[in-house]
Amino acid sequence: MKRLCLLLFLVVVAGACAPAAPRAVTIEIHYSHYSMSQLDVPAGIPITFMIRNDDPIDHEWMIGDMAMHERHRLGTEAVHASRPDEVTIPALSTRTTTLTFATPMTLIYMCHLPGHEAYGMVGTLVAR
Amino acid sequence: MRRQFVFALALMLAMLASAAPAFACGGLIGPNGAVNLLRTTTFVGYHDGVEHYVTAFQFAGGGGKFGSLTPLPGVPSSVEKGGSWTLQRLIRETQPIKGVSPLALGAARSTDVEVLLTTKIDALDITVLKGGGAAVGEWATAHGFRLPADAPEVLDFYADRSPIFLAAAFDADAAAARGQRVGDGTPVHITIPTANPWVPLRILALGKQGNDPVQADVYLLTDRKPALLPLARGDNGLTLAYDRTASASLLNDLRSDAGMSWVPASGWLSQLRIDTTAATLSYDLAVDAQGHSPSRVAAGLETPGAADPTPFALTMLAAAMAALILIAIREQKRIAVPA
Repeated sequence: MKRLCLLLFLVVVAGACAPAAPRAVTIEIHYSHYSMSQLDVPAGIPITFMIRNDDPIDHEWMIGDMAMHERHRLGTEAVHASRPDEVTIPALSTRTTTLTFATPMTLIYMCHLPGHEAYGMVGTLVAR
Repeated sequence: MRRQFVFALALMLAMLASAAPAFACGGLIGPNGAVNLLRTTTFVGYHDGVEHYVTAFQFAGGGGKFGSLTPLPGVPSSVEKGGSWTLQRLIRETQPIKGVSPLALGAARSTDVEVLLTTKIDALDITVLKGGGAAVGEWATAHGFRLPADAPEVLDFYADRSPIFLAAAFDADAAAARGQRVGDGTPVHITIPTANPWVPLRILALGKQGNDPVQADVYLLTDRKPALLPLARGDNGLTLAYDRTASASLLNDLRSDAGMSWVPASGWLSQLRIDTTAATLSYDLAVDAQGHSPSRVAAGLETPGAADPTPFALTMLAAAMAALILIAIREQKRIAVPA
């Protein structure tokens, strides 16, 4: 019994000392809406977002502050693929991206394809 | 025991009503892209179990290519160029006071799409498709259609009722090369065997913002006065602007236009005017050509598979309700009378 308790103690300590495992968040897009309009995630650890587009049209998941979104509202990039916070999800496909929010913050995510923001493709992410 | 019997009877009738077969239907989708289409005018004639759907797309200038998708209530037996003045003649019939020159005119889910028919009419490349909303949307995107944000939901809305769509790709540059001027229309005549005529309206709001205006005229020619759903109340954006026996001169004139020899010797002409906002236009026009009970599913007021009470089911439900009331009255009298 003592050995079992010691083993459990070591497992718990080892788990506490290990680097934080990425958290996974799945976002579905259906009828040009995100499945979640509010996301709460922990700050300081990597978060892997799996974004699944169930629609037969392309969508975007762009996350940042309002200044970033203002730039993209006027932007002309048709496809975003090089930055983890700017993701294009082609029709009927899934894309994955991993982000770490170093400090607590509130950000906005949205789709900047024409008319999609006005249609409701907007959400808020809070890192605590 | 009697109460159990009444409950069982009511339950059975309710199930009968909810099991009424869903009515399959289709519709018209509006344009998007750089070229604007003006007010849509559509003529729907129904005779001998066949819907004749004639509409025209007015060229409003611009360049490049754009397209539109039109949901249909069934597989068309033909898609051809419409008569050159059918729509203008209808406008003149229903707006005789103005007396000016004729106006320019403006369920199954599937992962695959099947091309049923292709044809070309002037600058329009037309394809008739069969498939679910996602499949048709994917096909349209792959063929250069820029579908707006509300397209996935709207395509499913129609595909759940009828998986037949007509895609029309319009080449504005080709139209200009053909000498088409701003305001010119290309009439298209679609012949569809179907149990009842049906006119897609919700599709006219595709890609529009909630407050954007939607304006259209629908001319409906039936053998007798039809029953329509939703009712043309005015406050729902639908007005019955003309509703009377079609004149012999109109029918003769229509019959003499290209492809219109099917026009009967007598008929009833209705003109429905849609003047509303995109947010309000959440319905289609369901028609019962016999004047009885248009389908709520076809009108978009109920989803397929939901209760779409037929007149028979409604009658049976009413009979059950009456029986319940009679039994309740008898029970009350029996209790009230001292033993």
